[in-house]
Amino acid sequence: MFGYSMADIGNIMVMQGFSGLSMFTVLLLMALGLAIIFGQMGVINMAHGEFMTIGAYTTVMLSKVATTYGFVNYYFVFAIILAFILAFALGYFIEFIMIRHLYKRPLDTLLATWGLSLVMQQSFRSTFGAKEVSAELPEWMLGSFKPTPDIDIPINGVFVMVLALVVTAGVYMFMYRSRWGLRVRATVQNRVMAGAVGINTQKVDRVTFALGCGIAGIAGAAFTTIASTGPTTGTLYIVDSFMVVVFGGAASLMGTIASAFGIAQAQSILQFFMTSSMGKVSTLLVIVGILMMKPEGLFASKLRK
Amino acid sequence: MSNLNRRNFMRVGGALAAALLSAGILTNTAFAADTSTAKVMTTGLAVTDTTVKVGILHSATGTMAISETGSIQAEKLAIEQINAMGGILGRKVEVIQEDGASDWPTFAEKAKKLLASDKVAAVMGCWTSASRKAALPVFEKENGLLFYPTFYEGLEQSKNVFYTGQEATQQILAGLDWIAKEKKAKTFYLIGSDYIWPRTSMKIARKHIEQHLHGSVVGEEYIALGDTQFGSVINKIKLKKPDVIYAAVVGGSNVAWFKQLNAAGLNSAKQTMLTISVTEDEVLGIGGENLAGFYSAMKYFQSLDTPTNKSFVAAFKKKWGDKSVIGDVTQAAYLGPWLYKAAVERAGSFDVDKVQAALPGYVFKDAPEGPVTVEKNHHLTTKLRIGQWGKDGQAKIVYTSDYIKPDPFPKGYQ
Repeated sequence: MFGYSMADIGNIMVMQGFSGLSMFTVLLLMALGLAIIFGQMGVINMAHGEFMTIGAYTTVMLSKVATTYGFVNYYFVFAIILAFILAFALGYFIEFIMIRHLYKRPLDTLLATWGLSLVMQQSFRSTFGAKEVSAELPEWMLGSFKPTPDIDIPINGVFVMVLALVVTAGVYMFMYRSRWGLRVRATVQNRVMAGAVGINTQKVDRVTFALGCGIAGIAGAAFTTIASTGPTTGTLYIVDSFMVVVFGGAASLMGTIASAFGIAQAQSILQFFMTSSMGKVSTLLVIVGILMMKPEGLFASKLRK
Repeated sequence: MSNLNRRNFMRVGGALAAALLSAGILTNTAFAADTSTAKVMTTGLAVTDTTVKVGILHSATGTMAISETGSIQAEKLAIEQINAMGGILGRKVEVIQEDGASDWPTFAEKAKKLLASDKVAAVMGCWTSASRKAALPVFEKENGLLFYPTFYEGLEQSKNVFYTGQEATQQILAGLDWIAKEKKAKTFYLIGSDYIWPRTSMKIARKHIEQHLHGSVVGEEYIALGDTQFGSVINKIKLKKPDVIYAAVVGGSNVAWFKQLNAAGLNSAKQTMLTISVTEDEVLGIGGENLAGFYSAMKYFQSLDTPTNKSFVAAFKKKWGDKSVIGDVTQAAYLGPWLYKAAVERAGSFDVDKVQAALPGYVFKDAPEGPVTVEKNHHLTTKLRIGQWGKDGQAKIVYTSDYIKPDPFPKGYQ
């Protein structure tokens, strides 16, 4: 870092700080849906990435409609809502036909959802073709915001950041400030008792699973602004999502946030000073080390037994 | 060294066989071509009096389907056209298509099935180097024939494979020379995905930049396959301010790379970039607006303005739809069946050894990219073109090199 002017270094630090925050929100958005399903229900949803892909394809399709009818500038709002609805509906259906039969067999849910992910990937390929596609982005989302001539803050990064904050706040309100959340938490803590006091635990399961999928849909829609969409897009995100959830401790929202922040900052800083792949390797080593000392993750809490 | 000796031996042997054969062809034509099956095929291949079976082995499913679909389409189109012209030695080409499913051991397994039980006369297939390396031992053991379409890292030569794409030096050296001269570039930032092709390519590029262009490499970076976060890398590039970014990023990462580069303010107005991994196929996903103004070094672009190419593009679109695009590898895959037809007709036989020996030296005049010559090392002599991308996803060709001989084992670059 020697031989550069102070101004240069200052600018890079600002942009590097933003890039770390941006990565944090991307990871958070990826992992949130998975954390809800894994944390609240103990189900490992291997098809999480494919629910993201549904959101992404929804956005791409809607962007085509939008270019035809000329509402490109604000279709993204509809895309996010529609992505949530579609992924939610499919999640609801999948829980009904598949997941609910497997609650007592956690390893089988893993296999079943993995199979589901393969089926979904191939259906995307048959429906939308094997080639990658991109959503037409509104003009205001392209390019960068410049507080000074030498600092560029990518607008799509800001967009994902805002969206992640809104969704996280929404999940928090749902889980801790609503009747529904109360029922979900009651079911997690003691299923039999919850049933005894009149909570329809089956319905709680179904809505929780569907909600996790719906949030994956939103994440997928948001990621069309930073990457492309193809049948196997989901597989790019699934590993990172699991890493965040496992590292954070399965059951807590706080854990997911802290873990996404930690991983993003570590990775972003290490990648700047080392090469990209070494940065990633070092981050993973640190995670492995911490998990060896704290197998439950950063924030452990009660799981359904 | 023993390798080299064996190769030399093969060359001499091949040349000798070719000489003997061409004598054979002459007599054949003189006697109005006796092409009875017993004459043209003596090794148990799936050749009858009216048909010849040829295999297509690509990934139609899995991650690589994105890239390999175009190759399958091109090969099928070529075979359809060959059949319309009366087939190969009067025999209609029948296709047996197998799916490598983006899984390298599957490629070996399917290659074995095609060669050992279907007895296909030749295979058009493989795409990634990994799939080729997996299938290669099978082709060598069963003495099969593979036409391989992708531009790749070189350092390989097998008597059982014809490489219809460019090897690394063909794609890299002339492109770097051009950008150094045209843009007065002195400092380069190398970035690629983390596997054999980008790493070998960058090694060659670095040597060329440092030793021949007297420039300097200010950064060299490899990204894990599938990684989509480029924030830190882009900041490093901004700090180093290279004259040229030389990129070989592939797959899903490619799109994220260009989108984030633009979002971070590094568009073509501010930064020169030459890539060796972007063809028309990739542009579909990346979006023309993110690429506009950047350069690609390829041997073929769809926009190439020649009558042969125009009729190829028209035929391709007629068969596979108006929206389809044709990238470098798709065009190279299209050459495979045509080269095979030529080789069989030159050899007057479907027997693999004779076909292999007959192809080197052949000039394919009607290739969409322009005439190409098959060399003794089983690679093609081709030109290199530099295309500048436009918003519509098509490239404007800004430079065409002279013919470049293939050199899969470049001295001084390893």
